[in-house]
Amino acid sequence: MTKPASIQPVAGAPFTPGRKPKKAAPDTSPIEASSKLSRTLVFVGLVLLGMTFVVPFVWQVLIALTENPSEVDTLTRTGMPPAIEPGNFAKVFQRVDFAKYFFNSLFIASWATILQVITCSMAAYAFSRIQWPGRDKVFLLYLGTLMVPGVVLMVPNFAIVLGLGMFNDYTGLIIPAAFSAYGTFLLRQFMLTIPSSLDEAASIDGAGHWRIFSQIILPLARPGLIVLAIFAFLFNYNSFFWPLILTKDDNLRTLPLGLLQFDSTYGPETNLIMAASLMAMLPPIILFIVLQKYLVKGIQLGAVKG
Amino acid sequence: MAHVSIKSVAKVYEGKVRAVDDVNVEIADGEFVVLVGPSGCGKSTTLRMVAGLEAITEGTIHIGDRLVNDVHPKDRDIAMVFQNYALYPHMTVRKNMGFGLALRKMPKQEIDQRVEEAARQLGITDMLERKPKQLSGGQRQRVALGRAIVREPSVFLFDEPLSNLDAKLRVTTRTELKKLHQRLKTTTIYVTHDQEEAMTLGDRIVVMSAGRGVGKVEQVDTPLNVYRHPKNRFVAGFLGLPPMNIVDGKLAESDNGLWFDDEQGLRVRMEDRYRDQLISRVGGPVAIGFRPSAMSEWGEGTYLPPDGVQNANRITVVPRVIEPLGDSIDVSCECGSAKNIVARLAARADFPTNQEVHLSLDMAHVHLFAPGEFGENLIH
Ligand SMILES: Nc1ncnc2c1ncn2[C@@H]1O[C@H](COP(=O)(O)OP(=O)(O)O)[C@@H](O)[C@H]1O
Ligand SMILES: [Mg+2]
Repeated sequence: MTKPASIQPVAGAPFTPGRKPKKAAPDTSPIEASSKLSRTLVFVGLVLLGMTFVVPFVWQVLIALTENPSEVDTLTRTGMPPAIEPGNFAKVFQRVDFAKYFFNSLFIASWATILQVITCSMAAYAFSRIQWPGRDKVFLLYLGTLMVPGVVLMVPNFAIVLGLGMFNDYTGLIIPAAFSAYGTFLLRQFMLTIPSSLDEAASIDGAGHWRIFSQIILPLARPGLIVLAIFAFLFNYNSFFWPLILTKDDNLRTLPLGLLQFDSTYGPETNLIMAASLMAMLPPIILFIVLQKYLVKGIQLGAVKG
Repeated sequence: MAHVSIKSVAKVYEGKVRAVDDVNVEIADGEFVVLVGPSGCGKSTTLRMVAGLEAITEGTIHIGDRLVNDVHPKDRDIAMVFQNYALYPHMTVRKNMGFGLALRKMPKQEIDQRVEEAARQLGITDMLERKPKQLSGGQRQRVALGRAIVREPSVFLFDEPLSNLDAKLRVTTRTELKKLHQRLKTTTIYVTHDQEEAMTLGDRIVVMSAGRGVGKVEQVDTPLNVYRHPKNRFVAGFLGLPPMNIVDGKLAESDNGLWFDDEQGLRVRMEDRYRDQLISRVGGPVAIGFRPSAMSEWGEGTYLPPDGVQNANRITVVPRVIEPLGDSIDVSCECGSAKNIVARLAARADFPTNQEVHLSLDMAHVHLFAPGEFGENLIH
């Protein structure tokens, strides 16, 4: 999670007139043959690396299509699925309230993401663009909370949420996730790369803090917001432990908790787990595909001629 | 339209760094005033206090008759052009220029009208729908100018607006700025470190320095007055290119008058009319200053009284390097204790080098300074 470092120069680039992207020198090396060889080696290496990502996925698909849990064994030994059974996907919905889990996960992760982007961007604005006494010390303190391991905070957090009457409730799952020191840090670093003369020009033009935030800083920080949105969504969508200890009712369960159900009563039903988790993977993938366009655009800003 | 009055203004950053001290400048309505000085002397700080971007630690600033110390930038009726232009990268040129008007709730039609008129004047009509990153440096500079113009403020503030342009564009834009000011007659405060820009643009210039550990105003006057009558050695050395020649030495008295003498061969007899104001300095250290253009070739057979003349002195130099400039030549020479005196002389192809040459020094353009970097001008 070292994204900020890779974003910074990108955000800075559009404001440095005259900076030209460095073009790689054309490959006119006399030792053409050896460079060809080394390029082949790199290619082979990349293919192997790619396989390590693809193979487990293919495996997962194959298992998800296997009819009987006991046949997963055969699959493991022979590598061939004994019988293709697309019905597993429907079975997941019949066996447990999968639709509800799906909704819960999406609902909680979406709200957490939206709120987190809002709170973090506002906090980041205050930490990067407004001068107030003790600002940087407060920020360090806030950042320091990142050093405390999550497990240590689990019990106190639980007590607080319980005390606020948010136990076994959507609010308990969403509100604590609506704030993030990490997200604030990420956006603050991003906003620091936006020249302060823009705020100054805007304030002379007649803008107050709210307008500078919403009409100048936010649009310019969009690549940062998108990175944070993806992180926040994935984190909350995959979150397991906090929903586990905070929910009692089945209809509040999220996908990671729901998957557990296939591992209890009748022994592990690996094929159903795989089918369910395949479906669970869809929203993050769709999110990434939709947002990556902006992400890449943001990153490319630096490459366009200053 | 408004006059600007800066009284005893000081700025202390974060309770520690005293950036500028005791700045006093009265700027008349419609006047073009240039703050000029080396980097770090507090020009931007002063300008930003007028803009309201920095709090004023001490003193007062009035725009028009209104005390603005505690007035928000947006309510000061000013427009500012920044060194990096500060164009909003995500907005088109049209949006950039109209942003301030839109915030002031001006009807869209009127905004378009004003933006288009300003764009026409600045020759950027074709670029209205482009984003800043699709413009060249010069075009961006125009957009920044346009954004200031459409607001029709009572004061323009410029912070080194030309320093990101290449040399040629800088000169043409400078001329356009001057024309613009002649047309609009808006009170303008302009910051630059470039003395040539200051001389050519300013109705009056404010020379600042940082040499005493804090930004200070050294002199406020018209460009010609500052050039001809610099208040002290710093101002004398800062304005003019090539810079004024300044040589340290002593003030000596002989039976026929007062002489500057560096005791290594450079002796200049001061005019008698300054005798009274200089007499107390006899025997003490002083520095003589004369601009490259104050010298000319000493004509053959020119009558030379043995004890110097009232209005011209003969000095002996050894030319080392000649730089032809067309109509004139810049001659770098050794002269007494000074290793590098520059004389700007009428061009001559066969000007001798590495041998003694006599030059005539026009006493009307000679200055005498008290010792030290900020030594006051004793005779002008
Ligand atoms: N935000 C700031 N915090 C602390 N010191 C500053 C700040 N801005 C400027 N200074 C200091 O104030 C002095 C004047 O700076 P500045 O007004 O920018 O000079 P100039 O524009 O003439 O180059 C410098 O010594 C500079 O280091
Ligand atoms: Mg400056």
